[in-house]
Amino acid sequence: MSQTADIFVVDDEQVILDAVTKICSAEGYRVVSTADAREAERLIGSGAFTMMLCDIMMPQMDGFQLLEVVRHRAPLMPVVMATGFSTVENAVRSLREGAIDFVPKPFTSDELLSAVGRALRLRALRQGAHITGSGVVDASLLIVPCPPKFHRLGYASWVLIQEGGTALVGITHLFTKVVEVMEAVDLLGVNEELVQGTACAQIRTADGLVHPVLAPVSGRIVESNQSLIASPASIEKDPYFDGWFYRLIPSDVEYEVPQLTSCSSGDLY
Amino acid sequence: MRFLQHIGFKLILVVGITAILIISVFAYFNIQSLGNSLQGEVERHANQLSETVKYSTRHDMLLNQRDRIHQAITAMGKQPTIGRIRVLNKTGEIIYSSDDREIGTSVDKNAESCYACHSAGRPLERLPIAERTRVFQTHPDSSRLLGIINPIYNEQACWSAACHVHPQQQTVLGVLDVTLPLDEVDRTTRNSRLKMLLFALSAVLALSIIIGFFVERWVDTPVKDLLKATQQVADGNLAHRIKSSRQDELGKLARSFDNMTDKMSEARLQLFQSDKLASLGRLAAGVAHEINNPLTGVLTYSSFLLKRTANQPEMQEDLKVIVRETLRSREIVKSLLDFARQSVPKKNETDLHDIIDRAVTVVQNQLSLRHVELVKNLDPALPRMTLDANQMQQVFINLIVNGMDAMSPGGGRITIGTSQITLSPVGMAQIKKATCPKRHSLIDQTMRIEGLSSVRVKMRAASEEGFLYLDPLYGRHRDQTSFPVAAGALRAISCPECAASLHEPDLVCPLCGAPAFFVEVPTQGKWQSCTRQGCDWQRWDAMDTGGLREYAEITVSDTGCGIPAEDLPRIFEPFFSTKGQKGTGLGLSVIWGIIDNHNGTIKVESEVNRGTTFRIRLPLHQPR
Repeated sequence: MSQTADIFVVDDEQVILDAVTKICSAEGYRVVSTADAREAERLIGSGAFTMMLCDIMMPQMDGFQLLEVVRHRAPLMPVVMATGFSTVENAVRSLREGAIDFVPKPFTSDELLSAVGRALRLRALRQGAHITGSGVVDASLLIVPCPPKFHRLGYASWVLIQEGGTALVGITHLFTKVVEVMEAVDLLGVNEELVQGTACAQIRTADGLVHPVLAPVSGRIVESNQSLIASPASIEKDPYFDGWFYRLIPSDVEYEVPQLTSCSSGDLY
Repeated sequence: MRFLQHIGFKLILVVGITAILIISVFAYFNIQSLGNSLQGEVERHANQLSETVKYSTRHDMLLNQRDRIHQAITAMGKQPTIGRIRVLNKTGEIIYSSDDREIGTSVDKNAESCYACHSAGRPLERLPIAERTRVFQTHPDSSRLLGIINPIYNEQACWSAACHVHPQQQTVLGVLDVTLPLDEVDRTTRNSRLKMLLFALSAVLALSIIIGFFVERWVDTPVKDLLKATQQVADGNLAHRIKSSRQDELGKLARSFDNMTDKMSEARLQLFQSDKLASLGRLAAGVAHEINNPLTGVLTYSSFLLKRTANQPEMQEDLKVIVRETLRSREIVKSLLDFARQSVPKKNETDLHDIIDRAVTVVQNQLSLRHVELVKNLDPALPRMTLDANQMQQVFINLIVNGMDAMSPGGGRITIGTSQITLSPVGMAQIKKATCPKRHSLIDQTMRIEGLSSVRVKMRAASEEGFLYLDPLYGRHRDQTSFPVAAGALRAISCPECAASLHEPDLVCPLCGAPAFFVEVPTQGKWQSCTRQGCDWQRWDAMDTGGLREYAEITVSDTGCGIPAEDLPRIFEPFFSTKGQKGTGLGLSVIWGIIDNHNGTIKVESEVNRGTTFRIRLPLHQPR
């Protein structure tokens, strides 16, 4: 039996399945859910889902194993990890192993919908790029990849370690494409601390959603790019240079940077 | 007979036997020589006497005046020191004697006293004086006697005398036999033997008492103290100390024992803390996970409802409260996880003195209100360090507040000092994170070696497959295996998750030549060891090249009420509090966790009514 849906939810807690189904259905999405990780593994291969929301700690199989399954059987499907055990390690590992987003539980309906919205949007962009392969639309021309020497956390945020012990942090062009029309950016102040894998800024968009930016490295902010607050749109124009978010003193480059994906690897999404 | 096993008794026994032996040998030879010299004296006296008798009767003999001879011999024989005097003729007949009754009787020539001369058929005519002397007893109960035979030789006057009794060719005419009693000699030797015995006994007694006394003082008491201490430590009381002030070997042993107990209790404290905080962390993580799921239900539904009822203001108010309070719960759970050190400290290069200054500013008002003087004794040369400024500030605020709480209302003084010290890393470095090249974590929480999480790798040896649990403490080698492996066997080592081989392709063990394997320690390079079971080779370049480590030492001392010795080992335990309702019992355990997270140590020294000192040591350069 092959199933088709916009959102595929896997969580061992029925109440969460129900809540996600209800909220997403109200937005008009088609939702398929299961509380059984083995069942989920089978459905990933046979069904056609636009995106997947996946718990990490489950009996029988954990979310990382399902991520592995997705990589092999449905590489285009974006996966958003959600867990009640929201440690830095889990967040970074999820993103390193191919998830596109990490949502710590408990989340509000808005947080859920913004994550779902980004995932669906990313899928559409991926699909466009995929079609390029068969020569229909060249969507990849629209996406500027992050330059070599940059490192990214997932597909969304990047860090550039500079000479002199500071680092620049910002978001990728792909992320600006995913969130679309940016209305405002909320930045942290100088001297505040960033922790790798946790939200360090918020982007509010025209559709009323709030998108968190996950910090690619930990460190103390020495400067935040105030020009972004005045004109959020400038991020989209030059996300890698003028559109930087923070200049910071990273606290543990040697440990944290190897956890990231190098931008010279070429794998865009 | 437990006292037979007593070291004092054994010592007394050995020394007593030795003393008795020495005194006996000494006494034996001493008494022997005394007896001999006394007897020699008697012998000389007897010889003199017999010569005297011989010459004093010579004239009468020549004149053959037998009555006079008889009279003289009887008179001399009556003297108390003389036993008997008699003269025997050549046929053995007693012709004169101080004892009248035996006159006229004969003596057997084969009798013992005559044997010396008469044994060879024809009697000898001359004998040295020693062989003419004899010591005998008339019957077993009587006193000993000394007899001396003096031969009376023929001389011209004898055969030319008028009586013509003796022919000229006869050499010996008869013998003079003088007997002296030896009872005086015997009594003297008996007396000295008795004195010697008394002396030996009293010497042994005195020795026993002296040895017993000093054994008790020098051996028994300290050994008993040691015994008691080992018993206490065995029973788990690591606070017990012997506190010996002796300078001898047992004193040294006692001090070394105290030192060992110090180290043990420190190690146990550290272990206990790690364990306690680790289990608290696991508990908090578990609780967080369990609570976060139902909270998700509440938060999603309530926030969903809030959106759907935008046109119903009276519901909005209530729903907003639900959402707000649920978000608050989310923060509480998050801070619980933070406390359980699930969140990594945010370390930056900072000036430790700035942190101290900021901490002091926070509590400045309270300090002056409570009349507490704060003295800073800071080392201006202390370099900048990589620290989590907020966490360290929390440490100092907590310590200062603790110091204030320990003071009487009259106030007191808190001293904060910093300095640089250098310590060796040997046996200190611990693998806290380990991965395979594909970054699969190898740390195993369940298999603990001496309380520390081990490093688990897959091991294949002799066609059997299992796990090797590596001792995380560099240089300690207490590795464990999941199945028995013969010493010297080669093991194939790989990652348990991705099965990637952990062997070093270009490296063999410099000790035994077997292939080397490695695990990666994030930010601290590779830790390498040998694949041969039982080979102890290890290398951890990051530690080896580090040499001595430099630390910043921070002391926070107060003049407060101090901490009782029995509470000291427990003060870093979570939920241990002496402040009753005023405290949560979490402060010091949080401090401990923070310092541990900075790879540092914290120790406490305290004296009741004198004050308390916390000593923090932080590595100047965080391991990379």
